[in-house]
Amino acid sequence: MRIFKLLIVLLTVNLSFSQDYFPKNDGVKQTFKNVVAVTNATVYTSSNVKIEKATILIKDDKIQEIGTQVSIPKEATIIDATGKTIYPSFIDLYTEFGIQKPQAKPRNSRSPQYDSERNGYYWNDHIRADFNASENLNYDENVAKALRETGFGTVLSFNNDGIVAGTGLLWTLNDAENNATRILNKKISQHFTFKRSSLSGQSYPSSLMGSMALIRQLYHDAKWYAAGGSKTKDASLEVFNQNKNLLQIFNAGDKLNILRADKIGDEFGVNYIIKGSGNELERIEEVKKTNATLIMPINFPDAYDVSDSFLAEQVVLSDMKFWNQAPYNLKVLAENNINFALTTADLKNPKDFLTNLRKAVELGFPKEKAIAALTEIPAKIANQNNIGSLKKGNLANFIIVSGDIFDVKNTIQENWIQGNRFVIEKIQPSDIRGKYDLTLDNTKYDLSIDGEASKIDAKISQDKVEFGTKLTYNEPWITMVIKGKDSVSSKFIRISGFKSETGLSGKAILENGKEVTWTAVKKAAAEVKKEEKKEEKKTPVFYPVTFPNMAFGNNSKPKQETILFKNATVWTGEKDGILKETDVLIENGKIVKIGKNLSQKGKVIDATGKHLTAGIIDEHSHIAISNGVNEGGQNSSAEVTIEDVVNSEDINIYRNLAGGVTSANLLHGSANPIGGRAAFIKLKWGYNPDEMLVKDAPKYIKFALGENVKQSNWGDVERLRFPQSRMGVEQVYEDYFSRAIAYKKEWDSYNATKGKIAPRFDIELETLSQILNKKRFITCHSYVQSEINMLMKVAEKYNFKIQTFTHILEGYKVADKMAKHGVGGSTFADWWGYKFEVNDAIPYNAALMNNVGVTVSINSDDAEMSRRLNQEAGKTLKYGGVTEEAAWNFVTLNPAKLLQVDDKVGSIKVGKDADVVLWSDNPLTIYAKAEKTVVDGIVFFDIDQENAKNEMVQKERNELINLLLDAKNKGLKTQEPKKKSSGHYHCDTLGEKCREFHAKYNN
Amino acid sequence: MKKLTYILALTSLVSFAQQTPAPKQTKSILIMGGTAHLGNGRIQEDCLISIIDGKIVTVADGKLARPSKHDIVIQADGKHIYPGFIAPNSTLGLVEVDAVRASDDESEIGEFNPHIRSIIAYNTESKITESARPNGVLLAQITPRGGRISGTSSVVQLDAWNWEDAIVRENDGIHMRWPSSYARLGWWAEPGGIEPNKKYDEQTKAIQLFFDQSLGYSNSDKKVKDIPYDAMNGLQSGDKTLYVNANGEKEITDIILFKKKNNIKKLVIVGGYNAHKIADLLKENNVSVLLRRVHDVPNSEDEDVNLPYKIAKILTDKGIIVGLENAGDMERMQTRNIPFYAGTCAAWGMNKEDALKLITSNTAKILGIDAKYGTLESGKSATLFISEGDALDMKTNKLSHAFIDGRQISLESHQTELYERYKDKYEAQGTKPEVKN
Repeated sequence: MRIFKLLIVLLTVNLSFSQDYFPKNDGVKQTFKNVVAVTNATVYTSSNVKIEKATILIKDDKIQEIGTQVSIPKEATIIDATGKTIYPSFIDLYTEFGIQKPQAKPRNSRSPQYDSERNGYYWNDHIRADFNASENLNYDENVAKALRETGFGTVLSFNNDGIVAGTGLLWTLNDAENNATRILNKKISQHFTFKRSSLSGQSYPSSLMGSMALIRQLYHDAKWYAAGGSKTKDASLEVFNQNKNLLQIFNAGDKLNILRADKIGDEFGVNYIIKGSGNELERIEEVKKTNATLIMPINFPDAYDVSDSFLAEQVVLSDMKFWNQAPYNLKVLAENNINFALTTADLKNPKDFLTNLRKAVELGFPKEKAIAALTEIPAKIANQNNIGSLKKGNLANFIIVSGDIFDVKNTIQENWIQGNRFVIEKIQPSDIRGKYDLTLDNTKYDLSIDGEASKIDAKISQDKVEFGTKLTYNEPWITMVIKGKDSVSSKFIRISGFKSETGLSGKAILENGKEVTWTAVKKAAAEVKKEEKKEEKKTPVFYPVTFPNMAFGNNSKPKQETILFKNATVWTGEKDGILKETDVLIENGKIVKIGKNLSQKGKVIDATGKHLTAGIIDEHSHIAISNGVNEGGQNSSAEVTIEDVVNSEDINIYRNLAGGVTSANLLHGSANPIGGRAAFIKLKWGYNPDEMLVKDAPKYIKFALGENVKQSNWGDVERLRFPQSRMGVEQVYEDYFSRAIAYKKEWDSYNATKGKIAPRFDIELETLSQILNKKRFITCHSYVQSEINMLMKVAEKYNFKIQTFTHILEGYKVADKMAKHGVGGSTFADWWGYKFEVNDAIPYNAALMNNVGVTVSINSDDAEMSRRLNQEAGKTLKYGGVTEEAAWNFVTLNPAKLLQVDDKVGSIKVGKDADVVLWSDNPLTIYAKAEKTVVDGIVFFDIDQENAKNEMVQKERNELINLLLDAKNKGLKTQEPKKKSSGHYHCDTLGEKCREFHAKYNN
Repeated sequence: MKKLTYILALTSLVSFAQQTPAPKQTKSILIMGGTAHLGNGRIQEDCLISIIDGKIVTVADGKLARPSKHDIVIQADGKHIYPGFIAPNSTLGLVEVDAVRASDDESEIGEFNPHIRSIIAYNTESKITESARPNGVLLAQITPRGGRISGTSSVVQLDAWNWEDAIVRENDGIHMRWPSSYARLGWWAEPGGIEPNKKYDEQTKAIQLFFDQSLGYSNSDKKVKDIPYDAMNGLQSGDKTLYVNANGEKEITDIILFKKKNNIKKLVIVGGYNAHKIADLLKENNVSVLLRRVHDVPNSEDEDVNLPYKIAKILTDKGIIVGLENAGDMERMQTRNIPFYAGTCAAWGMNKEDALKLITSNTAKILGIDAKYGTLESGKSATLFISEGDALDMKTNKLSHAFIDGRQISLESHQTELYERYKDKYEAQGTKPEVKN
């Protein structure tokens, strides 16, 4: 049967006609195409309108009439669709179908490429706005067929390559005709991604934040170009501007990236249609708030093969949970009234599409929403009124299904596109199932034909002796092969025949080659087989989403509490010093009272024998960052900001809370002299990135000096980027700051004179102007005294000051100069020996700088050390003998001062934020454990809950491993216990070297 | 006056060279009144320690014993005395600056290198080494890295003119890196998860083949000398210990089976992150563990956030001999934090004196130097130090005296000298400079 089905498809008659004004050289011209009437069907004209016993009248490529009262012209070809269900053919707005992908030129050099290779285009080759899918077509009939068999009739195709990936076209999967007919809209969309183009080795951007900055700069440049600002031609900007009124489709991916794409859209007044990834349910509130229309893939992860218990250990709970949750994603999106279309994208096999869709429907995704997401919603998004619904005048694009498409039993039998019939599985209108008396060569047999209508079986027997029989039925023809009576012989009776009025009859060739006739008279209907006892359906278990959706996530976002800490040793960090047996009351996220014997209020925590301090602030952290901490593709990356890429789902947030850290300053790496902008966050585990950002905190940027920026340890191939020496580093600053001054002048004069054309808006120089205007502050990665001194002199020359030197391991050598300049030092307690420039690093650095009057903090730069910053502060007692209070301030009040947030955090003072930690012991000893960590009056870590949380993780892991094993036993597809890579970005430009470099020396 | 300037200049010059190794101790020393942490789990308050000829002669309760006359008497009232801490699986003196290739001698090319001996590359004048001593680390096992069999280690004391003088136990063990049954994908900023190592069986078979060959060689007439196979000699007799780096449960189990099959007498698991899951098997087979760096994050986001702090206790409670090692990022410079690894184990549930054993007597037993080192007991080498307070806590780890084989070593370093120099500079400048804003 199966093989036969395939044949039928191939035999479909091509009824198409070439364009009528084209010459015809291979015969006579034929233009007649008969009207077709598909009758007696159940028709969904749209997702929520169903007509029974309807007729669709098709003329050429369109629906001429549709309904129950259609008068069928006498010449019409009639197709009886009794019992069938008809839906509009599906629309996929996100495919790379039929695109001839350009190939990258091989690169010979292993050195990075900093400049673009093309000229006449935008300065960055990852902007491929000039690529038009409609000019690079290679219609692929095999893929078209697979898509048609899944129900699709129309697709949007584009080349998913580049940060701006060019335009897409909308066309039908109409094999019968050519592109002249297929293409409905040659340029329907302009596409965006966060990923670099595979066609270019240009090193910028090398991070997600770099991609985001590039898109922003592109918008500014496009506006400026449109206004006539540019003296030269730019083919990319020209087409980018021309295409701005098309659909703007953004391949965002991960849920947090949806928020990121939407943020850019909001800034430039663009409503992106955003392609998600399937994990939106993990941050559904936030996704909903974007109000964006989404395009949703339905690729559920395969079950992990956890039968090897050692390997099973390696699969993390979040992945196992997501395996369980992913099929519910569409339901959750629908419940939240998010507007979305569906796509086959991301599926390895388009055949999985229906399987997965049916699973989603079974788990509660409403059928009409499913139909709408495949038909009218994409049609509406595409602004293409003649598809996506079945009505008079629309394209005759519909699928004929053997019944309700969401029922597993049913199959898509035909897919009509632009009036052309594509048979997938032949409709068998007459049912030959039943019990027959078969007469063959004067012998009587019992013939019984039964099974599913689409998969019939035959049995031939005589006096309870069964003969092996194989039957195929392709109306009207019946063919059977019957194994001879002698079971050992390999001889067969071959039968062919067809259905007649009384039964079946035809010709048979006996084992001996003799030809005879045969008849079969129907004597009874087929026995209705009892439904096989289905395995008792277990109610599916849904593991609720936690915040974040991983181990140690919260069931709901934790809330503020009123808490009274009774009888603690309170390290105020202020003039009051350390107060014994003191109470602290926090309320509404603030510290409201400090004193002895405060009256009871809220939750009372007995802190007798314990120490209460302000939460630790890590001035130099790289936790909670998505897809790259360095934008090293250029020597300045002032345009990028970590605020774009805060990752709320990083376990290190929780681990830091367990170490008493309440805030972290997330810094760009140190790959270039002018790095990226920083993000100051509070570690509100479970909250989203936006809620973690402290919006009113002063803004910072990372600068860097020394070995990293001159690429000393990057290998011999990295010798192209200026600067390669400390001497050059100074000149980078001279260059950028003098350009920033000129830039500002240009804008000032434009603003004063209201000139005609605004100057080019340059995000990088804007940022540098902010520094000059003292609106943004520098924290500079630094080691050696010469360069430290240099940067202070540069700043003084440009009339600002450096706020903080971070690492600053030779700060002790120029501490007097630092104090005079007014710059703080945020250093390591004892790191050294890892590279040449730290030869003279000494653990007494903090003490020496402190003694000379520099504001000193101890930072981590490391997700491990950050959770032991109290111990690192403790080391300054050993190395240089600072007082306990001073040492403690190194990780609390002083970083707050350096970050200029000391009016809100960093000490225990009435009116400050309730960012406090309760310690089991003096926090400077190694024996101290953070017992409760509170941020904004919300308890985010509680040591008393740890056992329960650990047990919960183990319990859920166990349950899910059992579910996974069950899935494997049922024969569901499995994958090796490999964690799905969540990142979309890799350090392309620097490759392995980058990995090595970052891991080892990026401190 | 001129002469004085000259002398001053000379002193300052001298002071910026490496610390001079202390001469052989010819005098008897008496340490009185301190709290001695013996390293065997016991404490002796008001302790009286007598050192003669570089050896501990007496460790006694000061209230009961009467001190005889000694050349040097150190009053240690209120202070704490510890056996010198030991850094096993260390690359001290093999690399000076991580990022400077010319200073890096920690690994050799090739897969099976038992003949590669770390000791001859050990630089006794490493500035990193001298910065570990003021925190109490006085002994180390200098260990090569790389390859499948990295080479042969030796145990040294950290105050010597040259590697020969430094040797405490030469060629004490062979170090092997067991293959991992899975591979981690991605990189530190974007971990990509794991996938099974398809070559695991092939790799473990290659190890077995090498062992078979070397055993065959040792039983042969050895007409043609085979240096690597020859270097494998001693694992069955126990003259050498086999140190195998592994962290996974499956890998460690396979290693124990390997030990049995090959009659390895002394086996030590290095790393051992998941060793606690098969603690009973380790115990049965008399296998000890040099546990990987305590100050680390858990391997998996699903694990108890404080698991790395707790493993030593879990293993110890099961009766396994555990020492702490420190391989990894910036491992040489981190050597001075080994005391605080033990401190952290104590913070997370271990008895403090048991935690001390993790870096003293247990390690000495594992390295096979326990006859002389690792505890404060009579007959042992006077390799010990005096601290102002609890030496496992950074708050109070402040050394006043340290002895190696009775020789009183310098506690100065390149770093203390820079400290003094700049402290003097600012003190000479007088008051704090006015801070401008």
